[in-house]
Amino acid sequence: MREVHVDQIRNTVSRLCQEAACLLPEDVAGALQTARRREKSPVAVKVLDQIIDNASLAREEMLPLCQDTGTTVLFLDIGQDVHITGGDLRRALAEGVGAGYTEGYLRASIVDRPFSARTNTKDNTPPIVHTEIVPGDSVRIQVMPKGGGCENMSRFTIMLPAAGKQAITDFLLQAVDEAAGNPCPPIIAGVGIGGSAEHAMYMAKKALTRKIGDVNPDDESAAFEAELLDAVNGLGVGPQAVGGTQTALAVHVMTHPTHIASLPVAVNLQCHSARLKEAVL
Amino acid sequence: MSEHQITLPLSDGVIESLRAGDYAFLTGPVLTARDAAHKRMVETLAKGDSLPIEIRGEVIYYVGPTPPKPGQIVGSAGPTTAARMDPFTVPLLKAGLKGAIGKGGRGPEVARALHEHRAVYFLAVGGAGALLSRHIKAVEVVAYEDLGTEAMRRMQLDGFPVVVSNDVHGGDALSLGKAQWRRPG
Repeated sequence: MREVHVDQIRNTVSRLCQEAACLLPEDVAGALQTARRREKSPVAVKVLDQIIDNASLAREEMLPLCQDTGTTVLFLDIGQDVHITGGDLRRALAEGVGAGYTEGYLRASIVDRPFSARTNTKDNTPPIVHTEIVPGDSVRIQVMPKGGGCENMSRFTIMLPAAGKQAITDFLLQAVDEAAGNPCPPIIAGVGIGGSAEHAMYMAKKALTRKIGDVNPDDESAAFEAELLDAVNGLGVGPQAVGGTQTALAVHVMTHPTHIASLPVAVNLQCHSARLKEAVL
Repeated sequence: MSEHQITLPLSDGVIESLRAGDYAFLTGPVLTARDAAHKRMVETLAKGDSLPIEIRGEVIYYVGPTPPKPGQIVGSAGPTTAARMDPFTVPLLKAGLKGAIGKGGRGPEVARALHEHRAVYFLAVGGAGALLSRHIKAVEVVAYEDLGTEAMRRMQLDGFPVVVSNDVHGGDALSLGKAQWRRPG
């Protein structure tokens, strides 16, 4: 049984929060360059130039890429041969986020009492925590600061079992078209298909953690992703919805077996500032 | 696509000259406000009270910046989603607001009111908050300080890049852009 102390987890989360806010992942930066080369609309090219320049400036000077430093979503893969020592894991995660946002001068965007007082918690806590127990003796921590503008454009439905690919395509296209500029295109679209209601949305978000360019291990899903990306880019929404050919950088699909009566479909959109940082302890 | 260098506050002549889809650089003072400040302003106006700061002739930038690091004027400061301000925008236009800066489109009611009250909505690039902060030369909290990042601020812009989204002639850059680039079929 390998031991991992909560202090190490807390310090790692703090560092990852600060790095994630300022350093755009290389796969996303590369995809933005590709979009810039492909874009046909002159105004959209100017928009993409700003987005690319912004990422360079943020990296050079360690400035937050966006003022919305997000809801802090944490994905933890905890090896089943790990013993977490020294205290409460959930508290350590929250303390790591609080320290990271305070020390990093990141915006505190979380309010308590969501349907009434909406009081700011001042340090962006609590995070949203997803844990999976996996084989092995390490702990993998991914920090995804998720902006409010794109999260607000999430969609979920349960289709008839026979609805199939066309209905899923139409559902995604409607979501992206109606969201227009709100989720900050060019977006990454996460699509969760199957499972149950809550699992479909979890998959839609989890799909956003896959690097752009990493091929979906399921051949059928990989082919569907290519069709969906082409269809989304045919909408004409374009970067920041000024009109253009580059509405999405990628579409990522994740599936799970589902009930004979159901076809749950969830869409979770990620903005072009697709921040994600990870560490393995 | 024309380009404009605009000095704020917006004059009626400048407002009339702008067309949806034009690119512009704004220099001069704006106010900032987002969800919570809008709610307060509109509640104040509904009671017949006066606002803590005059908005006649002003441009409001929808932004809640990150806290400045020591030595910085402002942290990252890009636009937030304008559609969330839609329910509060018509009363502010009636009170003399002449412009707004945000991201994403406006609903039909706001588009009509912009036309009626001769005001303009500009798009700034969402998610470019680090870059845009370089075009902000001074910041001062002027109202609702208790709202933290949502407090109303006076910002001095310098060559701040925007796209004209809704002009006073009924033009809407988002609809025009999508119509131009949408693949048929």
